[in-house]
Amino acid sequence: MKLQIDGQDHDLGDLDPRTTLLDALRERLGLMGTKKGCDHGQCGACTVLVNGRRINSCLALAVMHEGDAITTVAGLEADDGTPSALQEAFMEHDAFQCGYCTAGQLCSATSLLREVKRGEPSVLTPMGAELSLSELSDDEIRERMSGNLCRCGAYANIVAAVRQAAEAES
Amino acid sequence: MRPFEYVRAATVEDAVTGGDRFIAGGTNLVDLMKHGIERPERLVDVTRLELASIEEADGGGLRIGSQVTNSALANDARVRERYPVLSKALLSGATQQLRNKASTGGNFLQRTRCYYFYDTARRCNKREPGSGCDALDGFNRIHAILGASEHCIATHPSDMAVAMVALDAELLTRKSDGSTRRVKAEALHQLPGDTPHHEHVLEPGELITHVDLPPLPDGARHVYRKARDRASYAFALVSVAVVLVTDGDAITEARVALGGVAPKPWRAHRAEAALKGARVDRDVFRRAAEAELEDARGHGDNDFKIPLATRLIASALAEAAGLDAGDDR
Amino acid sequence: MIGKATRRVDGPKKVRGAAPYAADQAIEPTPYIGWIVEATIGKGRVVSIDTAAAEREPGVVRVLTHENTPKQIPYGETRDGSDADRFTMSHALLNGTEIRHPGQAVALVVAGTLEAARGAALLVKVTYETDDGRYVVTGEEPEDLLVVPDELDGGQEPDVVKGDIDAAMAEAAHTLDVEYTTPSQISAAMEPHATIAVWADGELTLYLSIQVIGWAITALANTFGLEKSQVRILSPFTGGGFGSKLGVHGDAVLASLAAMTLEHPVKVVQTRRSVFVNAPHRGSSIQRLRLAADAEGKLLGVGHDSRMPMASYGYEFAEPTAAGARASYETPALHTVHRVVKVDLPPIDSMRAPGEAIGSLALEGALDELAHDLGLDPLELRLRNLADREPQSGKPFASNDLRRCLEKGAEAFGWTDRPEPRQRDGRWWRGWGMAACTRVNMLMEGAARIRLDADGRARAELDMTDIGTGSYTILTQIAAEGLGLPLESVEVVLGDSRLPETAGSGGSFGAATAGGALKNATDNLCARLVELARDHGDSPLRGAEGEGRVAEGRVWIGDRSLGFDEVVGLVGGELSAEGSIAPGENSEKYAQYAYGAHFVTLRVDGVTGEVRLERALGAFSFGRVLNPITARSQLIGGMTYGIGGALTEALHVDPRSGAFPNRDFAEYHLAVQRDVPPLEVHMLGEPDEKCGALGSKGIGELGLCGIGGAIANAVFHATGVRVREMPITPDKVLAGLMAQGD
Repeated sequence: MKLQIDGQDHDLGDLDPRTTLLDALRERLGLMGTKKGCDHGQCGACTVLVNGRRINSCLALAVMHEGDAITTVAGLEADDGTPSALQEAFMEHDAFQCGYCTAGQLCSATSLLREVKRGEPSVLTPMGAELSLSELSDDEIRERMSGNLCRCGAYANIVAAVRQAAEAES
Repeated sequence: MRPFEYVRAATVEDAVTGGDRFIAGGTNLVDLMKHGIERPERLVDVTRLELASIEEADGGGLRIGSQVTNSALANDARVRERYPVLSKALLSGATQQLRNKASTGGNFLQRTRCYYFYDTARRCNKREPGSGCDALDGFNRIHAILGASEHCIATHPSDMAVAMVALDAELLTRKSDGSTRRVKAEALHQLPGDTPHHEHVLEPGELITHVDLPPLPDGARHVYRKARDRASYAFALVSVAVVLVTDGDAITEARVALGGVAPKPWRAHRAEAALKGARVDRDVFRRAAEAELEDARGHGDNDFKIPLATRLIASALAEAAGLDAGDDR
Repeated sequence: MIGKATRRVDGPKKVRGAAPYAADQAIEPTPYIGWIVEATIGKGRVVSIDTAAAEREPGVVRVLTHENTPKQIPYGETRDGSDADRFTMSHALLNGTEIRHPGQAVALVVAGTLEAARGAALLVKVTYETDDGRYVVTGEEPEDLLVVPDELDGGQEPDVVKGDIDAAMAEAAHTLDVEYTTPSQISAAMEPHATIAVWADGELTLYLSIQVIGWAITALANTFGLEKSQVRILSPFTGGGFGSKLGVHGDAVLASLAAMTLEHPVKVVQTRRSVFVNAPHRGSSIQRLRLAADAEGKLLGVGHDSRMPMASYGYEFAEPTAAGARASYETPALHTVHRVVKVDLPPIDSMRAPGEAIGSLALEGALDELAHDLGLDPLELRLRNLADREPQSGKPFASNDLRRCLEKGAEAFGWTDRPEPRQRDGRWWRGWGMAACTRVNMLMEGAARIRLDADGRARAELDMTDIGTGSYTILTQIAAEGLGLPLESVEVVLGDSRLPETAGSGGSFGAATAGGALKNATDNLCARLVELARDHGDSPLRGAEGEGRVAEGRVWIGDRSLGFDEVVGLVGGELSAEGSIAPGENSEKYAQYAYGAHFVTLRVDGVTGEVRLERALGAFSFGRVLNPITARSQLIGGMTYGIGGALTEALHVDPRSGAFPNRDFAEYHLAVQRDVPPLEVHMLGEPDEKCGALGSKGIGELGLCGIGGAIANAVFHATGVRVREMPITPDKVLAGLMAQGD
């Protein structure tokens, strides 16, 4: 059983099929960047990208993701260690406090930017409307980031950070 | 989570002969397995079957593979254009992360559930048939007002399925003997009666392969409204899907389905009957809503759902008829 | 440096997922995983536990129960009979058959993998004898069940009564006598309570998610009969606390017990559902508000009486619900009485802003009701009743900026543009609301050390925690300013019990206490540097004339200076100084509060009763701003927390079993991103030298206080519906709308 994480192949041997992707990352591979907040898809702290799309890794069985490209928070920066535009924006706008939900927020926001680029709607997007990163409303960001709880209450700063990254990318 | 054997199916044939429990997105099943509420001995992974596309169907409808994710379905341009109520319902549910994982088939088959179903220290006739229902006299704010029984008052929490029922969707299934059948979305789920652990009509090992959306009359107007406890990422207290066709101010066809109020996605036949042939009018809409809720029964904490559903149905109809703005800010 | 907008120094770690929280620590050998088995009854005792099937599971190492674990000091007691409080007493578990509360741990399944431990936990069979328990406070309790707590959290008296509220109510032109209720709530830090315990050579080491390390050391020593020196805690990053991690809980005790029993590291991370019952929550409250005012809106009487649950076992904790009423408004008659009813619920304890968070909801709501009755602008009502001295004591305030917060906040918000009530816009009702906010300021005892290495780089060492407040950052600023060094030349090391003891993070006292201690340490180090430069036999500046001082990372005597590395070189490569802080006479002499004013606009769905905030502004005064970036984050964080408290959060209790039906994040609704509108923060204060060495006041809880009242008041302004039962969920608003024919 192999997983491809942040561009690296990892051999997990004969993995117990009960192992979630989240627990495989953390407890088997020691990749602790991804966090467990609720373990039931109710908080978003464990968000990772699978083939470029965000999911809750706590509800994914690792064995079902053999062959998928998995990206965690540790895979968001450039190869030379330069933070991504979102990571930089999160620091600039103080978009976290305790930092526990941050990995999930960043993975989620990374996916969000791609979803908007692809024109994928949220519940707030009018039918037939064109989406663009430069014209993404704050309410769209709020709705699209609502799958990531932050108890410290950094939401307002997260919106500012995502907006900055969206504008930079547009 | 109890141990289970995992097999990955490469074909539909493999899948239906490979075992009697399937896993797709897993967003409900894995959740329940962790609690020990679901204890499958063998799980057949159906996510790699070639059932992940949406295709044009004969006669102008769409055929949706059961492994199409909720987000792919919501994003599809044809769905957005021809079945906006479905896209809106999907996007009203859960989060982007969950919608990316959850499948069309799995969304239908998520468990009807409540707090007491999750709390394994409490009595639940779904978890342990015959043990009793702690919700009936317990805290039952989120529970059903229609279609429930003295054995179970849990609700089916899907948004997608509510729209599917309003759209007269049909499910195509394959059984382990290779036979196929069609099941109307509305007929998929069973009311709890005295067997609340039987939630749907599918047999063990019967796989949903596709969902057919029939074409709609020209000019149909779509509305999905959802009342909930927070602005996003919450189950419906009440949701309403409306598909309305009018000719002038005469209603030629009205389809109404409700979520959050019953143990299954609830097709509001009484409301529809009251609307058919009637004129576009707020009083008509209110009376239709009241007709639907006539037999509704609250259990204390959820009594408010009766007026809430009544008002939301009437308002959704008014929106569909163009009497109210559909602002959803 | 202090007061300058400084980015979080631990930001790069946090955005890379590289900040190690308790359960992230890499330990050799790989820790076993412990999985908690919870009692399924509310109160009673274990009759039998059958662990055979679980222990037969592949991978399971042991199932710990009260039958096979060493005896601990009984829950609530101490190893030497000394006094202890709820944070330092024994927290023994599996120490007998008694079940004190729903969900209490009855076993710990220990296995080589998480999957094995979790799976086997389903096989543990427990039988119980169940006792009747009391799980809810209804307000109908007979007198003999009402307990007068010894004291309220923060040391306040349970009863403060002056003047005659009954007479005021009988005589005043305008009176109000209403009941507000708030539900049980949960702190819900995103990081569940977690521990890795290692037992080696008679020393217990815990990687622990905690707010206050010193209390945890004492609690663990008291639980296991160890010397405090045998316990070490490491907690470099804590994923939020909000009161629930002030002390140790089931994960710490059970991981320790397992590590000591099995002589192998053990990791216990509480499940989210477990956190609701094996860690503290805030109790529900029933609050009676009485207000009496003359025709001009001058308050003649303020009554704020509170009834809340208190855990029936082991410790006392009662919230100062009426803290705001005792501190905010001038009144000749003040009646504030706190009673508790003992219940058999999971632990009830501090949650962010105990007292003010829920008390201000009621007080500020009632004031709005009075203003409406008087036909007075609610802002004006507050301005007419501000206090010159602390109402409850007559003590002078260290400083009182409530007027400025109200006035500046109103101006920035454009409060004078507030429209008439009940504005309709399509299916939405629109409304404006405001409320004032006070939160007590506290200072504790703390110590710190600062070191200079041979290269002249500084390292600050404290057992302080950073639970998201920005401790690392402000302590870096404080040390850098004290030594005249750039931020990059200062390293701050926190979260290790071997370092000088602070009071940790809690009660908004963390920054002033730890920061004050560190400032004292840097002052002492500076004095030592000057002394060495002037007096050391080998110093090039020996005997130099002129003022000695430290600036720009150098030691100056007059206009001559030495680098830190040179001075440190005089004493062989390292120099350090300790410092401390303690509440002084100003804590006694002056009433100390931080202040704020909240203004919000919102809309209410006229069909469903759903409330959606549109804008919120807070104007705050809290002494010196140590770092405007992290301060603002604390404030918007508090406001966000308060939005959840007002609109969405309620932990329900099943009165039959004491179970919390909605103990998960699907049904206990924290505010999500889309619930939070644009937030605007104004920071108005001046340094208040009476409030500690830094002149700062605590802000971790300030933003939360009052905003719920502003929201409730705006709902009333929008709809005419007054909801006094929190949270303001659609069902309650809808009931009000329907009652008035809307």
